[in-house]
Amino acid sequence: MTRALITGNAAAAWGARLAGAEYVPAFPITPQTEIIETLAGWIDAGEMECRLVTLESEHSMITAAGAAASTGVRVFSATSSQGLLYAMEMIYAVPGYRAPFVLVNVSRGLQTPVTLEPDHNDVLAARDSGFLQLHCATCQEVLDSTLIAYRLAEDHRVRLPALVNLDGFYLSFTREPVEIPDRAAVDGFLPPYDPETTRFHAGEPVSQGVVVLGGTYYSYFRYEQHLAAQRALEVYDEVAVEFAQQFGRRYDAVETYRSEDAEIVFFMIGSFSTKAKDAVDRLREAGQAVGLVRPRLLRPYPAETLRRALEGKKGVAVIDQNLSMGMGGVLHGELAGALYGQAGMPPVLASFIGGLGGRDIAAEEFYEMAAVTRMACQEGSTPPPRLLYTADELRQMRKLQAVAHAERMEGRK
Amino acid sequence: MYRIRFHGRGGQGMKTASRILGSAFFLQGYEVQDAPRYGAERRGAPIFAYVRAARQTIQERGIILEPDLVIVADDSLVPMPAAGVLQGITARTVLLIHSGETPETWRHRLNIAGPLLTLPAEAAAGAEQRFVGTALAAAAARLVGVITHAALEQAVQLELAGLGREIVSGNLNQALAAYELMAPQAGLVSEGEARAAAACQRPDWVELPLDEADAAAAAIHAGATSVEVRTGLWRTLRPVIDYQRCNRCWWVCSEFCPDSAIRVNAEHFPEIDYDHCKGCLICVAQCPAHAISPVPESSEAQP
Repeated sequence: MTRALITGNAAAAWGARLAGAEYVPAFPITPQTEIIETLAGWIDAGEMECRLVTLESEHSMITAAGAAASTGVRVFSATSSQGLLYAMEMIYAVPGYRAPFVLVNVSRGLQTPVTLEPDHNDVLAARDSGFLQLHCATCQEVLDSTLIAYRLAEDHRVRLPALVNLDGFYLSFTREPVEIPDRAAVDGFLPPYDPETTRFHAGEPVSQGVVVLGGTYYSYFRYEQHLAAQRALEVYDEVAVEFAQQFGRRYDAVETYRSEDAEIVFFMIGSFSTKAKDAVDRLREAGQAVGLVRPRLLRPYPAETLRRALEGKKGVAVIDQNLSMGMGGVLHGELAGALYGQAGMPPVLASFIGGLGGRDIAAEEFYEMAAVTRMACQEGSTPPPRLLYTADELRQMRKLQAVAHAERMEGRK
Repeated sequence: MYRIRFHGRGGQGMKTASRILGSAFFLQGYEVQDAPRYGAERRGAPIFAYVRAARQTIQERGIILEPDLVIVADDSLVPMPAAGVLQGITARTVLLIHSGETPETWRHRLNIAGPLLTLPAEAAAGAEQRFVGTALAAAAARLVGVITHAALEQAVQLELAGLGREIVSGNLNQALAAYELMAPQAGLVSEGEARAAAACQRPDWVELPLDEADAAAAAIHAGATSVEVRTGLWRTLRPVIDYQRCNRCWWVCSEFCPDSAIRVNAEHFPEIDYDHCKGCLICVAQCPAHAISPVPESSEAQP
């Protein structure tokens, strides 16, 4: 084991290397490219025994990943943002193969307009695909989650592909101290992939992506994917315990931070949740009972665990780093669905949209979200959804628009 | 926690500088977070990088709003608002500028009260600007005062290992020179405190109004706007054509130029549009007659 400063991208590459990934179909996109570059470097130097193939698109890349996984090899791939969207037809198709592999997504906001910096609309577009989803907050978690994802995806009770998400820039290009385990320790946790009967050989042909007409057959096959994903909740808990035994780091499906006796909790995913922990510490110093609840596992959705974590709380500030146009924050809606009608659940779920396109969420904004939620609890009414956007930002925007308008008028002369 | 920001241009080694300083802190037993931040991933474009170092796990993320130390590799960035060099500077922030001008000149120019130092441009590397990132990382290491000579040396070797012995040794020399130069100021930079929740101003949130689609679409209603942006300012090295050597093949440099900044004139000679050439030097590499040479922008040798 070595402890080194590495980026989130390098951590993802280390996860693939230590997992003994045998096949990597690849296509570059910022801010993910460093992952496949790192893997390519290792393969080229003979440090990693693996076949890396550059495909002509992410659509082909995911097709290749699903097909290769069906042959029984351990497959790794990575993408981001528009790349994930370009692959979307196959992202929804390959889980039905019931052949596991791990895909890392480095979150980056979607167009239009184009950006390079992160929010979660890309990965949430894959929400209903059948891929399992693990969301990371630190570079260490990226490496560890990649290993956990293989165990989870390959478990014979699950057999679905898994997606590990990390935020562009805030993790992808950020170095943090990461414990890189030895291969032997990883082998003890993650044995070689045993595809059992799902293996496709030249002498035993298999057709994937078949047609079924009539809802009867279709409903069966689709619902089986859902049941397998749900079963992954229980499998995840087992895997997390084994991981902790092997490596001493515990990754529950839902992370709770100082939330046991909290009245108000922040609820969010991704790397900004470490900033929320800082805010929790500062608010605790000021005598406020505030905590954080963060689902690591978003698919399957750990509804029961979340209910246990939130039972008896007065209010929840749900921070969505995503936006469903015409609806609002995706996490907020999902959490409301999980809590509604259940006894003892917090009466106030305040919705905040922040961090779109990598916009910072400042410490004072966390304090204010806690204050708004507390006020709502006292008044007994849920506040309207709030975009984290300041008067200064709007002034900056208006200035840009004024320049654009002047130029447009100039052009018409 | 130490919060340190490096400002420079793509190609000046700001990411590497932040990594050298980050590794030095790490070798010294600190928890560390270092990261570059760039928009246009191009040589010469303004970029910044940051380092956080603390004895405990670092939970903060992203841009450093209240730096303890700000380091500027290219002094032309200081007056450029978009570069954000002066953002969040307080009376206790140390500002270190790599510049040929004196600290007094800068203090007068910027009208700031806090500590301001320069790393003299010529002292950085005998006008070898390419070592500036390493020298600035070393200067920072001395200014925080908690990084030993040995940790700095090991960090330089670690971060530059892939570049060959000669480059490592050149960088080490520059690093140690800058480390020595800053010796009288060792420990000038102190760790910033965590700010209490009550000490923070409430955010001035606003409701976004619904605007007309026409104004709210991310569209630019004008043509050829890229002509207006003088990306030539990003250049640190200038390709210069030796017309004695140019054999007027007329297409190679021009075809390979990713910015269409080389035109071929009526006599079939290429002409470089220095307003838009970013200095990527692909033309230098491609020219079959080896007629194009790179010349540092700061050099007297430019035409």
